[in-house]
Amino acid sequence: MSQPDFSHDGIRTARGIAFRYLFMLCALLSILTTVAIILTLLIDAVDFFAQVSLVDFLTGTRWSPTNEPIAFGVLPLISGTLVITIGSALVALPIGLLTAIYLSEYASDRRRAYLKPALEVLAGVPTVVYGYFALVYVTPAIDAILPVDLSTFNALSASIMVGIMIIPMVSSISEDAMSAVPDSLRQASYGLGATKFTVSTSVVVPAALSGIFSSFILALSRAIGETMIVAIAAGQTPRMIDLTDPAGMFLDSIQPMTSAMVQIGTGDIVGQGPAYKSLFAVGLTLFVITFVMNLISELVASRYREVYR
Amino acid sequence: MAADTGETPADGFGRVSRTKDVAFRLLALAATLVGIVSLAALLLNVAVDAVGWLDWQFLTNPPHPNPYEAGFLPALVGSIAIMLMIALVTFPLGVGAAVYLEEYANDGYLTRFIQLNIANLAGVPSVVYGLLGLGLFVGLFNIGYGSVLAAAFTIALLILPIVIISAQEAIRAVPDSQRQASYGMGATKWQTIRNVVLPRAMPGIMTGTILALGRAIGETAPLIMIAAPTTVFGLPNSFFSKVSAMPLQIYNWASYPQTEFQYGVVAAGVVTLLVVLLTINSIAIVIRNRYQQRT
Repeated sequence: MSQPDFSHDGIRTARGIAFRYLFMLCALLSILTTVAIILTLLIDAVDFFAQVSLVDFLTGTRWSPTNEPIAFGVLPLISGTLVITIGSALVALPIGLLTAIYLSEYASDRRRAYLKPALEVLAGVPTVVYGYFALVYVTPAIDAILPVDLSTFNALSASIMVGIMIIPMVSSISEDAMSAVPDSLRQASYGLGATKFTVSTSVVVPAALSGIFSSFILALSRAIGETMIVAIAAGQTPRMIDLTDPAGMFLDSIQPMTSAMVQIGTGDIVGQGPAYKSLFAVGLTLFVITFVMNLISELVASRYREVYR
Repeated sequence: MAADTGETPADGFGRVSRTKDVAFRLLALAATLVGIVSLAALLLNVAVDAVGWLDWQFLTNPPHPNPYEAGFLPALVGSIAIMLMIALVTFPLGVGAAVYLEEYANDGYLTRFIQLNIANLAGVPSVVYGLLGLGLFVGLFNIGYGSVLAAAFTIALLILPIVIISAQEAIRAVPDSQRQASYGMGATKWQTIRNVVLPRAMPGIMTGTILALGRAIGETAPLIMIAAPTTVFGLPNSFFSKVSAMPLQIYNWASYPQTEFQYGVVAAGVVTLLVVLLTINSIAIVIRNRYQQRT
């Protein structure tokens, strides 16, 4: 073509604008999803709270959605979630932090190149598989090794499995934060005669603290929302826990919020009864807790980004 | 180094620190390995248990109360059907959103809000997405309890944030010089995206999407919430037929008390699920490696 052809310019622009808005729609779908989640949960939860008072729900210490006497106190479920969160935190936070220190300060590039993907595998295994492992391998193994009276369904093996699953979350985000610590800080410390141990624990970890903190919150939020492991291995006994009695907390069956939702979901109570609606009230509680934790984690993380970039 | 030759100060500062240093190094290494080793031991256990149970008959039979006749076929086919639907839904939506955020959007309030929102969606528990599916697709749109479509749409929304984030990274990795070259040739924005950015980013986008599909195939809780039946005997034959999936069938079998199920049939199911997952992830890695060699 010797002459530039301008006749398609209008069409081109129109098409360009059309695609721009099409793509924008795709991006806005994510906001629509959030709105849909909140509305879905709210509409049925509001229905539920018309039948069961909000105060009874939030302060009741008995959860029995289908068996008489019916009670919808969410506290036993929250304490079940708390047990799993504490247990998995005891496993994942120290191990994840040490892993991050090892990867960031000690490991050679080559070793890091195969350790990191191997750790990521821990987060990639389907949770239903972890739940099965906890039930058929971990519980019998602990029962055989430790001189304790462990129930078939217990919080201990479920927490260990949830803990192992969230290790890579703690380690990868913490390691990113540690790698972002400027080398000059390390060099200054070495110059004063510090060993690698001192540099890692007294310089790098404090400097990366907000990133580490952010990884902890994110990992715990993940543990709170974890469903299949606890549904399979932790049992279905909603009960209040006694924080002064760790054996009673971990050795027996409990029921976290997610597990209670699965129990209602697999039951035959489809329809409009309060048991079915309670699914959404518990779901809303779970959503609010994890949402707030994710937001805090995001805010803390953005603070450390500002400091070192 | 001079400091390592043993000339320790009188207060023993150097020696104590070095012992601590070595001990800490070993502790950190042990912590790094403990999760990996535990998982390896569990995988070995389940692989050994699956021997003798994972055979052709298991892969081609429908479920059965007798463990020796129980099979996995409907769950296997159901999982793959759901996964293909998810791919069809998430790929265009995820790429579209990523293109908008990376190529069109300015760094304004709305963009930052969308970005924060996507990050938050990635952290919403999967069981909550299940309730969304129950309220929206099953309740409002009425596409059937536990149907292929309801299952696919629900899990598609769940993995969409992951697909968007990885597609954004792939698009961001395309050098700006290539865009400038395209504009310099007189190409419009859309032509630049279609002919330069997307082809260049495609391997990365594919890798991210396939890895997200791997996550999708293991999801169980959303399927329970939309009331997908835990056991299905026939194959799905329409978008609206009730569908089971591998993880759901495993969940159902895991509650059977017989040893033949607990340490036999379920183990075979778990190994099948993990092999499918491994295959999916290998495809993603092959695509990534081929791409890395080319550039």
